[in-house]
Amino acid sequence: MEPPVHEEVRTTTCYMCACRCGIKVHLKNGEVRFIEGNPDHPLNQGVLCAKGSSGIMKQYSPARLTKPLRRKAGAERGRGEFEEISWDEAFAIMEERLAKIRATDPKRFAIFTGRDQMQALTGLFAKNYGTPNYAAHGGFCSVNMAAGLIYTIGGSFWEFGGPDLDRAKLFVMIGTAEDHHSNPLKIALSKFKRNGGRFISINPVRTGYSAIADEWIPIKPGTDGALLLALIHEIIKQGLYDRDFLAKYSNAAELVNLDPNSPEYGMFVRFEVPPEEGCFDAQNKLWWDRELNRPVSTHTLGVDPRLLGEFKLSDGTPVKPAFQLLAERVEQYTPEWAADITGIPAETIRRLAHEMGITARDEKIELPISWTDSWDVEHKTITGNPVAFHAMRGLAAHSNGFQTIRALGILMSILGTIDRPGGFRHKAPFPRPIPPCPKTPKGPEDVQPNTPLNGMPLGWPADPDDLFVDEQGNPVRIDKGFSWEYPLSVHGLMHNVITNAWRGDPYSIDTLMIFMANMSWNSTMNAEQVRKMLNDKDENGEYKIPFLIVADAFQSEMTAFADLVLPDTTYLERHDVMSMLDRPISEFDGPVDSVRIPVLPPTGQCKPFQEVLIELGSRLKLPVFVKEDGTRKYRDYPDFITNFETAPGSGIGFLAGWRGKGGEKSMRGEPNPNQWQMYEKNNCVYHHHLPKSYQYMRNWNQGYLQWAQAHGLTRYAEPINIHIYSEVLQKFRLAAQGKTDGRQPPQHLRKRIETYFDPLPFFYEPIESQLSDKHKYPLNAVTQRPMAMYHSWDSQNAWLRQIHTYNYLYVNPKTAAAQGIADGDWIWVESMHGKVRCMARFSEAVEPGTVWTWNAIGKAAGAWNLEANANECKQGFLLNHVISEELPAHEAGAHVSNSDPVTGQAAWYDVRVRIYKAGDDEEKATWPQFDPVPPAPGTPARRGWQSYFAGKFTNKD
Amino acid sequence: MTQLALVIDLNVCVGCHACVTSCKQWNTSGQAGPMFDDRPYGENPTGTFFNRVQTYEVGEFPCTETVHFPKSCLHCEDAPCVPVCPTGASYKRKEDGIVLVDYDKCIGCKYCSWACPYGAREFDENQKVMKKCTLCVDRIYDESIPEDRRKPACVISCPTSARLFGDVHDPDSEVSIAIRENGGYQLMPEWGTKPANHYLPRRKTKMHIHEDELTRADNPLKKEDIRHETSKDTTLDDWLM
Amino acid sequence: MHPAFSVIFLTTLIGVGQGLFLALFSAQAYGMAKILPVQSNEFFATGGLIALLFLLGGLFAAVFHLGKPSYFITRAWRGMTQWRTSWLSRELIAMPIMIGLTFIYMVVYHFGLDADLYGWGVPGQLPLTVGIATTVAAIALFICTGMIYAAVKFLQEWACALTPVNYFLLGTASGFTLATAYAAAYGDGLVQFFGNWAIVLTLAGLITRAASLFRNSRIKRKSSVQTAIGVRHTKVQQKSMGMMGGSYNTREYFHGKTAAFLKSVKWIFLALTFALPLFLLWVGLVMGDNGLFLLAFIFQYVGLLFERWFFFAQANHPQNLYYQVVG
Ligand SMILES: Nc1nc2c(c(=O)[nH]1)N[C@H]1C(S)=C(S)[C@@H](COP(=O)(O)OP(=O)(O)OC[C@H]3O[C@@H](n4cnc5c(=O)[nH]c(N)nc54)[C@H](O)[C@@H]3O)O[C@H]1N2
Ligand SMILES: Nc1nc2c(c(=O)[nH]1)N[C@H]1C(S)=C(S)[C@@H](COP(=O)(O)OP(=O)(O)OC[C@H]3O[C@@H](n4cnc5c(=O)[nH]c(N)nc54)[C@H](O)[C@@H]3O)O[C@H]1N2
Ligand code: SF4
Ligand code: SF4
Ligand code: SF4
Ligand code: SF4
Ligand code: SF4
Ligand SMILES: [Mo]
Repeated sequence: MEPPVHEEVRTTTCYMCACRCGIKVHLKNGEVRFIEGNPDHPLNQGVLCAKGSSGIMKQYSPARLTKPLRRKAGAERGRGEFEEISWDEAFAIMEERLAKIRATDPKRFAIFTGRDQMQALTGLFAKNYGTPNYAAHGGFCSVNMAAGLIYTIGGSFWEFGGPDLDRAKLFVMIGTAEDHHSNPLKIALSKFKRNGGRFISINPVRTGYSAIADEWIPIKPGTDGALLLALIHEIIKQGLYDRDFLAKYSNAAELVNLDPNSPEYGMFVRFEVPPEEGCFDAQNKLWWDRELNRPVSTHTLGVDPRLLGEFKLSDGTPVKPAFQLLAERVEQYTPEWAADITGIPAETIRRLAHEMGITARDEKIELPISWTDSWDVEHKTITGNPVAFHAMRGLAAHSNGFQTIRALGILMSILGTIDRPGGFRHKAPFPRPIPPCPKTPKGPEDVQPNTPLNGMPLGWPADPDDLFVDEQGNPVRIDKGFSWEYPLSVHGLMHNVITNAWRGDPYSIDTLMIFMANMSWNSTMNAEQVRKMLNDKDENGEYKIPFLIVADAFQSEMTAFADLVLPDTTYLERHDVMSMLDRPISEFDGPVDSVRIPVLPPTGQCKPFQEVLIELGSRLKLPVFVKEDGTRKYRDYPDFITNFETAPGSGIGFLAGWRGKGGEKSMRGEPNPNQWQMYEKNNCVYHHHLPKSYQYMRNWNQGYLQWAQAHGLTRYAEPINIHIYSEVLQKFRLAAQGKTDGRQPPQHLRKRIETYFDPLPFFYEPIESQLSDKHKYPLNAVTQRPMAMYHSWDSQNAWLRQIHTYNYLYVNPKTAAAQGIADGDWIWVESMHGKVRCMARFSEAVEPGTVWTWNAIGKAAGAWNLEANANECKQGFLLNHVISEELPAHEAGAHVSNSDPVTGQAAWYDVRVRIYKAGDDEEKATWPQFDPVPPAPGTPARRGWQSYFAGKFTNKD
Repeated sequence: MTQLALVIDLNVCVGCHACVTSCKQWNTSGQAGPMFDDRPYGENPTGTFFNRVQTYEVGEFPCTETVHFPKSCLHCEDAPCVPVCPTGASYKRKEDGIVLVDYDKCIGCKYCSWACPYGAREFDENQKVMKKCTLCVDRIYDESIPEDRRKPACVISCPTSARLFGDVHDPDSEVSIAIRENGGYQLMPEWGTKPANHYLPRRKTKMHIHEDELTRADNPLKKEDIRHETSKDTTLDDWLM
Repeated sequence: MHPAFSVIFLTTLIGVGQGLFLALFSAQAYGMAKILPVQSNEFFATGGLIALLFLLGGLFAAVFHLGKPSYFITRAWRGMTQWRTSWLSRELIAMPIMIGLTFIYMVVYHFGLDADLYGWGVPGQLPLTVGIATTVAAIALFICTGMIYAAVKFLQEWACALTPVNYFLLGTASGFTLATAYAAAYGDGLVQFFGNWAIVLTLAGLITRAASLFRNSRIKRKSSVQTAIGVRHTKVQQKSMGMMGGSYNTREYFHGKTAAFLKSVKWIFLALTFALPLFLLWVGLVMGDNGLFLLAFIFQYVGLLFERWFFFAQANHPQNLYYQVVG
């Protein structure tokens, strides 16, 4: 007799990737029967991707950690030899250790997190603990995208904004394979195509989204800056820019002081110098009035400013509008110049510029929506120039990415497409001031024992005084974030943490806690050496990084190195919030946040990491987690979410929906004890629809800005003008030139700062290329995300790993032929840092100077509880072995991170390689190989075969 | 007579494999399940799937097209896999044209799969019976499912809605219109199997720019009429009375 | 196609059985027509038993072609229900009939049963009737077996009249070769008769099998990767088949051997099935060396295993167009 079938449907939020779609989980006898997209969810509207549809196999994966583990006494790190311990023991170990560190030198505790979505909580924990050594994945992910655009237009692609494909006519996608906006982007793309939109993809490789583009423009990696600047050149030359938009909504018409002897050289001229209160663009700059031919205060009613020309102020100061400087800058960047660099014919570049400019100008959209701008001017309509862009790591993951993305922001701006229909649209909490207000502490004195950090662990420097350095200009953070080496490293540099801690540069630490990051494998560069560093001991036989705590849900490559493993729950087993304080899932039309609510009980001893933090915080008596009397403040994580407020009585908490005692308020209001239930009833999502008049032009939309200020999304309601010309960068440059009174860079970094902190976008060759022998290493090697795999998570997934069981290096047949390589051959990929053996697969869909592979398919033997002969560790390979976390020694230093010099963004895609055939006598397997680790205690048995049938995981036939 | 089918729009399919795994999860726990996986965590993992997404490259660099190509049973109108079955396990439903296998009758002789030119059938190595796409018969008529979701699992999951589902014999259905208006075609028409599933080809949007559009009166550069200093050279003005 | 050993043994073993029976029956018929001397009952009974053993061997192999051997008991009967459309179903009917009749034939001879069925007043009417019925069954079974393959139009190597002809000729050739050896072992006078026929049939089989090889080497494929995915371009290449660890589609339809391997199998089967047996039969007949006939049969049977393997391996299924490249 079969037991009676009990079917049940529960809603929650997917976390097979960072996109966060709404799901409905069908349960049968308590096992997952089917996961479907929630049709009532704004993000995915009922669809579900390949990963989301494979959630069942994640839930029942044999790689699941189910017990807290301690490294066996005497066992080497990396061998994966553990003993089970209880949570009580685990907490006792952590409490003792962390309390001691906190009482002595809190920066000796570092906590870094990977592709998680709870930075608001982890950040809060770090701040309250008092350590500056905290960051999430942003630095190795796409911080260039965030910083490049936020420092230019006050918002960015990534989770904070995107292309309005509902209304766009032309869509240009640059360097994007799959993205965080996975399902929504796919939904939008197909609608866009069906509506007859034109889709152009610029990418060295044609796969995935690019496959369905109307036109594919192959480009050489790292050269998009040249292309974008040439496009700007052509658009300005042809007069295809939106003059009106630029004049009103950007600093294009603002006059820049060009007196080389002035300490204000390169800064905007201000007609009065009131103390600038707060972090916003004070409206005290000058335009040159076209009619009266003299300077006037910007945004003076009825004035039409000059965008081009050169003028003299009455005191003789030579000035130029910022746009003139831009025009001069791009003068040299002709399509012909760019053609040589990018490999794109000049004719194509010109045509592209014309298509963009003409579409923007001639296909204008006028929406009958009235709104009032920040200068009290009422507008009857909203105008849109329907050219939309989207770009991601193809631009970001290069060491010239920041300036390239600045160029993209400027291109989008001169086309007049910012927060307008058919162009780029913001998502709450963006737009934010340029740069946003939060700042890190400024020096070592801000880190004190038993004291919360004096500032945010991550922030947005506006000038050199905002850096987090000591008197000598040396970094305070272990990752050297916010130092002169990478001043605007707004997301930190997680990719250098292990190397720095190992070398003791800038100092040694005691305990490193890693949450949800596979830092010994796919999210680290130079994986092989980093694994050795994790295992390296000093003269006294002590590990150089003495204590390593890893919180993970699965037996990854990283857990093998842990001294203490904390088993997390899966997304189906825990509460979670996609918070407005962090990275919510907002839509163009208003703020949206969402939650996860457990649909299954935790497996084994699994404990949500949130609960771990709250417990630890309470034990350590960190101020936010305890009452005045030192007793525990929050029962658990759900209780914390319900009751936490950013400041007592602020009415702002993690969740924006159903606030107020009875859930009658939104965005802001007292804690509501029933908030979770209200989310649960509403598909786990809260969607605040802004009135139509607040949905566009938000940088300058008075109504919106005041609403945003009132609801705590932004501190100021001042307009957020686009930074065509970046004073922030100029301030750093002036400091480097020794022209300022404030902090100045150490000598060896002056040149670097002066070069890369150019207030106008410029093109330079990626730094690794500058330092490489390009004859020896003629090719660029890049990776792409496969749509059916999330980083390294999914090799444990029985269904997904059948789709990508191992990976090839894709090579253009011409490139291969030059090396005598045949399709399917075993080859070596070698960079100046290292080499890896893999198999070649021919592809006509890759630019001949580029080779590429799917990211993170290769695995270390035994990891993820795969069998030791799994294809992932035999034929699958990791490109990270040939990428270095540090550049070769050069004038900026011996151990400078392989990153963007402005933001510290990991320059994954700068690596240059050569390929050659592996010898016939060589083993037909990838290299390097690692000794297999055994299954960790508590991981479920690995099935030799399976027939999954909900309700009876079975071996039934 | 009804003939249910899928119409797959290659113009928007991005090759995401959503249809592959949603098919697997729906069907493994449904009437067609369970669906076997062999060596799920070992070497050369393999398993029963009713739907696969493949990739092809067309042309040579730089004129390359990448085509993502999903394929499941095409529910042929003249299904060659049916008459060859010795047991009657393979059958085509009269009422809606769905081609199905009755697992209780199948003897696993594999003959039907030999008779499918599309490689659309998969043998379940555990149950030892032939399996294939059921067009989700256990979804599309299930009245406990809301009507707009009463579609195959692969259709509701497809993020680009590249998969349309409906009656290809009803000229007014969404699928028939799509086939008619977008050049829908069948696979391997040379065999006369008349697949019910159709594919829609790539369609390109191009932009044509006329020269005039580059030289327009409203060119903003005209507003930047920078007055150059007047020439010191003598002009006709100085001479003519 | 991936050659399945169950099918290789099935078709070759029943081919021998059917062929041997036909040899016995021709001897019986010639005997009744007084063209050849009449043989003892025991000759036919023992011969029938040998044929039966081969047929049962084939049946045994067939069981392993079912999804599960247990289906033989629980479900195989269903396989006879679709005789209107399915050649496989027809074979599943013809085979037990053939086996049953062969058994009866053997019993009839063993017990010397007879009856004046038609009132002709001559002996042998019952054996003749059973013999004719079994002959019809044997021929029908040959046709069914051949048509199972010839009827799959997508397998262009098979979809041809030569396929059933080959099944018939190769089966009878091996049967007659065995009959020769049997007659020789029995010390019987039919060695020349069977031997000559074995040579004739083997030669005929060589001609038709060579014809099919010739035809197959020149096949114009109806399907191409272009028609498979519906993209008209001269250069279309698969980059991924959607899975990497293999699937039913890669296991069932690919032999997984090199072209060179295939070629050597071809030469081996040509030598073993045709050249060697012909030579041994000829030598045996000329020199009167009876020992060579058994050797000829063994060679020929082993040759047929290679032949059948090759028959499957050479067939290229259009579904393979979808399963070319892992990526
Ligand atoms: N060569 C190359 N390397 C790259 C990139 C590239 O493009 N090329 N991309 C980079 C980028 S952008 C990123 S963001 C990083 C990503 O790199 P990581 O952040 O390291 O991502 P993963 O390795 O997928 O996942 C990290 C860990 O999260 C664990 N995990 C999964 N679910 C849960 C959970 O619910 N709870 C807990 N506690 N743990 C969980 C997984 O088991 C895994 O060990 O990789 C970077 N590395
Ligand atoms: N399925 C799936 N989805 C994911 C992830 C995943 O692992 N799997 N990871 C998530 C994460 S953490 C992130 S950060 C996002 C990243 O999303 P994407 O930014 O789309 O990430 P990548 O896969 O690195 O794709 C980079 C693309 O840029 C191209 N490219 C490389 N160099 C250049 C260049 O110089 N110029 C141009 N024009 N193109 C270039 C590559 O060919 C590739 O197509 O995806 C998220 N979404
Ligand atoms: S895109 Fe896919 S994996 Fe990511 S959240 Fe959505 S359904 Fe889940
Ligand atoms: S696609 Fe194959 S299995 Fe499906 S109906 Fe047609 S012939 Fe039969
Ligand atoms: S495998 Fe099953 S469905 Fe296919 S022909 Fe044989 S009995 Fe029929
Ligand atoms: S219709 Fe159903 S069974 Fe067929 S491919 Fe789609 S999901 Fe799978
Ligand atoms: S789900 Fe849709 S877009 Fe994705 S592969 Fe399948 S058909 Fe293509
Ligand atoms: Mo990322």
